[in-house]
Amino acid sequence: MNGYRPGPVALLCALLVAVFLLMPLLAVVPVSFTPSRMLSMPTGALSLRHYRTLVDDPRWLDSILLSLRVGIVSSTLATLFALAFGLGIWMFRPRFTAALVGFVLLPMIVPPVVSAITLYFLLTSLSGIGGFAGYDTWPGVVLAHIVVTVPFAVVLILVALSQVDRRIDLAARGLGASTWERATKIIIPNIKFGILTAWLLSFVLSWEEIGVTLFITSVNAITLPRLMWMGLRDNIDPAIAAISVILILITVTVLTARIVWRRARGPA
Amino acid sequence: MAARFLHPGAALLLAPLLVLLGLAYGIPFLGVVKWSFTLPEPGLGQYRALLTDPLVQSVFVRTFRICALVTLAAVAAAYAIAYVWVRGTPGQRLAAEYCILVPFWISVLTRAFGWVALLSNQGLINTWLRATGVLSEPLALVRNEFGVVVGMTHFLIPFAVFPIASAMRALDERVLLAARGMGAGRTRIFWAVFVPMTMPGVIGAALIVFVFALGFFITPAILGGGRSVMVAELVYLRIFQSPDWGLGAAISITLVVIVGALSAALFRYLRPSQMAG
Repeated sequence: MNGYRPGPVALLCALLVAVFLLMPLLAVVPVSFTPSRMLSMPTGALSLRHYRTLVDDPRWLDSILLSLRVGIVSSTLATLFALAFGLGIWMFRPRFTAALVGFVLLPMIVPPVVSAITLYFLLTSLSGIGGFAGYDTWPGVVLAHIVVTVPFAVVLILVALSQVDRRIDLAARGLGASTWERATKIIIPNIKFGILTAWLLSFVLSWEEIGVTLFITSVNAITLPRLMWMGLRDNIDPAIAAISVILILITVTVLTARIVWRRARGPA
Repeated sequence: MAARFLHPGAALLLAPLLVLLGLAYGIPFLGVVKWSFTLPEPGLGQYRALLTDPLVQSVFVRTFRICALVTLAAVAAAYAIAYVWVRGTPGQRLAAEYCILVPFWISVLTRAFGWVALLSNQGLINTWLRATGVLSEPLALVRNEFGVVVGMTHFLIPFAVFPIASAMRALDERVLLAARGMGAGRTRIFWAVFVPMTMPGVIGAALIVFVFALGFFITPAILGGGRSVMVAELVYLRIFQSPDWGLGAAISITLVVIVGALSAALFRYLRPSQMAG
């Protein structure tokens, strides 16, 4: 296996790509410490004023709290919907399984902008009939986020289910377990890690969602990505650099923790 | 056999998601289809406009041009880093993994903003070029097509890496040993054996990147600065800025048809190969 490693040319090419991939993430760091009110490189003194803005300006805090609320509610509901659907597919192997799964995965395959206009149609119609979840309301954002994240949860749960040994379920059935007992005592405990992953991915996708959110919110339901978008379009607000640095640090920390944890469990 | 489909347990488990998506996605989608045929007046007017309006056409042409460039760049870059990720020493692999996964998990907005911080007139590159006296006027690197291509390539590289890396992992090591045993050098093995045998992964990656790029919206809107509008941004503009919902809807439906055709090609292409990983 060790006889054929990348040579110097290949390593050089990969290094260039690596630099390209990391460069914009690193460029954000100096900008976040600029003392100026506008996007610029700090010359001389560094300042933490843009980090202060995140704490002092209620708009940032409000949008972070809203994104957390939307993310937690929508990912929990999306995971429950996906779990029920996955169990239905796995336990009963209904006819037309391919068509059913294909339909459920549609929001993942269709271009985001088409999902966005579709959900815009949905939520403005719901607003028109005075629904609880309408255009520019947080339940409306939750509903839209469930629709666009649920296919990813379904995929992860179906993958987890495909690794369950059907014989244990068969044994439970033979011993007289009901459908409910099979699901809750046999199958779910065996895929709990897959369920957790599905929840986490749905949460991250909702937390970051902007393409659809942009179409269905205007002034009331401002999620964090929506606020960042507003600051990016007009005069670029360096507070975005500060929040970006924080988001990048969180990502690096979580990834490192995952790699360390994977190592600790044994070589993959 | 129909009885099995109607098993009450199955119906109970499958129904919630199917009903939710039917009501919240299926029916509204049909509503958008209806918009495309009825706004502002019933008929095929919007689709005719799509074929004749020079503005719309220029946006479609630009979108295809940008997508082709981005696909080429992203796949080539992905191949280089996937190669090290799969075949490097443990240290190199870890480094490559970080470079692929960190950008992958960072939101599209943060990444687009990173390019703004780097490429804009007050950005890192222009500040540096002026400080060193290489240039007196800032270089226009952003708010144009160049910025869009750079930003989109950056966003899509990780998506291209995954299918390429899985094709590289699936490659039988003994084939390479056989090539070496028959006297081929490193370079020859790479170009005559390794690259052709991982081609299915490359073509899969290219299709995925192209399909993704077609519906791209956020990165072009930020890095194009309204000057190099792509199809998805045109939909947004037609819905919110110069309201012409019918045209926005007609463009969306056209996009679905194109993406559907490409996805079908992708599916047909990937099925027989070893892309499952």
